Amino acid sequence: MAVETSQSVTKAADTPGARGRGHRTDHKTPKTPGRLRRALATHWYAWSMIAPVVIVIGVIIGYPLGRGIWLSFTDANEANVERTIGVNHIPATYEYVGLDNYQAILSDGLFWDRLGWTVLWTVSCVALSFALGLVLAVMLNRAFKGRTLYRTALILPWAVPAFVSVFTWRLLFNERSGLFNELLTGAGLDRISWLNDPTWAKISVITVNVWVGVPFMLIALLGGLQSIPGELYEAAEMDGASPWQRFRHITLPGLRSVSSTVILLSTIWTFNMFPVIFLLTRGGPGDATEILVTYAYRLSFVISPRDYSTSAAWGVLILFLLALVTAAYRRALRKQGDTW
Amino acid sequence: MTTTTHIPAGTEPPAPVRKRGERGPLASLGLHLTLLIASVVAVFPPLWLLVTSFKPKTDAFDTSLVKDFTLGNYSHVMRDTDFLSWLQNSLIVVGLTTLIGVFISATTGYAVSRFRFPGMRPLMWMLLLTQMFPVAVLIVPLYNLLADLGLLNQPIGLVVTYLTVAVPFCAWMMKGYFDGIPVEIDEAGRVDGLNPFGTFWRLVLPLARPGLAVTAFYTFITGWAEVAYASAFMTGEENLTLAGGLQTFVNQYTSDWGALTAAAVIIAIPASIVFGLVARHLVSGLTAGATKS
Repeated sequence: MAVETSQSVTKAADTPGARGRGHRTDHKTPKTPGRLRRALATHWYAWSMIAPVVIVIGVIIGYPLGRGIWLSFTDANEANVERTIGVNHIPATYEYVGLDNYQAILSDGLFWDRLGWTVLWTVSCVALSFALGLVLAVMLNRAFKGRTLYRTALILPWAVPAFVSVFTWRLLFNERSGLFNELLTGAGLDRISWLNDPTWAKISVITVNVWVGVPFMLIALLGGLQSIPGELYEAAEMDGASPWQRFRHITLPGLRSVSSTVILLSTIWTFNMFPVIFLLTRGGPGDATEILVTYAYRLSFVISPRDYSTSAAWGVLILFLLALVTAAYRRALRKQGDTW
Repeated sequence: MTTTTHIPAGTEPPAPVRKRGERGPLASLGLHLTLLIASVVAVFPPLWLLVTSFKPKTDAFDTSLVKDFTLGNYSHVMRDTDFLSWLQNSLIVVGLTTLIGVFISATTGYAVSRFRFPGMRPLMWMLLLTQMFPVAVLIVPLYNLLADLGLLNQPIGLVVTYLTVAVPFCAWMMKGYFDGIPVEIDEAGRVDGLNPFGTFWRLVLPLARPGLAVTAFYTFITGWAEVAYASAFMTGEENLTLAGGLQTFVNQYTSDWGALTAAAVIIAIPASIVFGLVARHLVSGLTAGATKS
């Protein structure tokens, strides 16, 4: 076993693909009867390393996810799901309705309206927090006095639980007596209804989400910057590269792996960012700040009767959209030589 | 945006001869000014929260600084609620989540970074897909599942749930950091007769300390601040976690901003301490110069 293992590490380590670039190397599985055993002998360590994650996620997410997808093809709602009232147990009476839910959602303008705003929300939040996070991370990645202090201050929003800080922002945004409006009137300007005017509400939720998101970006990118060898910068400087060139040709490529991950993940998270919008505006005023996720939540927790099937169908559509985006993003990255 | 990145690097004024890492006074000023503004923006809301927590309940919306300083909010939170058992629950849940989460995401990240094996792509996709399905829709079936497994009201039920939230990100992140560690280190370990697990545990993991610090903090804060799952799966006041318990203030005393702010401050303090501990490891670029490649 040990021999097998070390051999295949040699193979993996010697090929250019082994560091996440280049081509997949181990794809030709032999078609002989002992195939499974051979594969097991070659890959057992890799498989045993991923096993805990696969088991936990498979059980805890796999079942609910499968059930959610199934519900989206039914007409389940609060009135016909399995439930217990007192001592009486009422079995489920909902039934399979095929693609009806999807048809209803997609032919309704509401979905497309919400999708438009969700996309705008996601793109602006991710772009702003990534840009700010990158600038601050680059600044903090050099030695100067007070660096630790700045870093601690900049991370602070992350240490405060999101729903707490959202409540704080609500205090600040409060129309009658919030600090922002007090300052505006103090300066002789008009009050702004931060959370009750559709446009201002959109700006406010994006602001708060960027505020919440920057520390994460900052830390992730700072970690990435730390692992770029300093020699590269020295060498570049010797060759007369300008600061911009060093940033463009050393820092950015060095951050590629980390930044492609954080951009992808924060796109997914922001798309599904529930707490900030729900706690700040409840999707209002009207439905000005309602994104797809808050709407799905409304369907299964707020309205009456609770509409589980439509909510699940919204969930599946969100999943589908995000999977499409991810596939496209990975494709673009692979063209530049990334693998998986 | 680009101009601000320029400044610290010392582009202007067109320098005479300046040593590496030195900045002109103007660039230095720009650097500090930018960071200062950013820090104020970052710190202000939590600071305001802190200030509000020292005001009597009725003044929560008052915009002046503290007029009547009081610790009443804090003593109310500590004395009249199950605060201590919440704290204990949180520590157990979050501690376990962080330990297990960081370990299994590090092994997964390492496997994905170093080996090509059948099932790798499906794994990467699976990790992403779990992030895509909205929690709001997932929460009801998940509740039923945990009920079937008998894990409701058990810390372990929350731990596995939080793992599914935190691990996908952490595994991806660790892959990124491992990608940045030269494969030559693995080769050296192999030449010295270590098996893949030994290489991982003794050589690569210590080098990935900045990455581990980030993922540990992320896992910690995920569990520490999570509300939706905690309040859905843990019934009974004494079983709640801190964040879940804090949520009950909002329901019970909708107007009680005082207690809410005090509790929020108390919650944020341990998080800041953990960050302080972790931050040390963020600084040192341990992989820098480990090999000549």
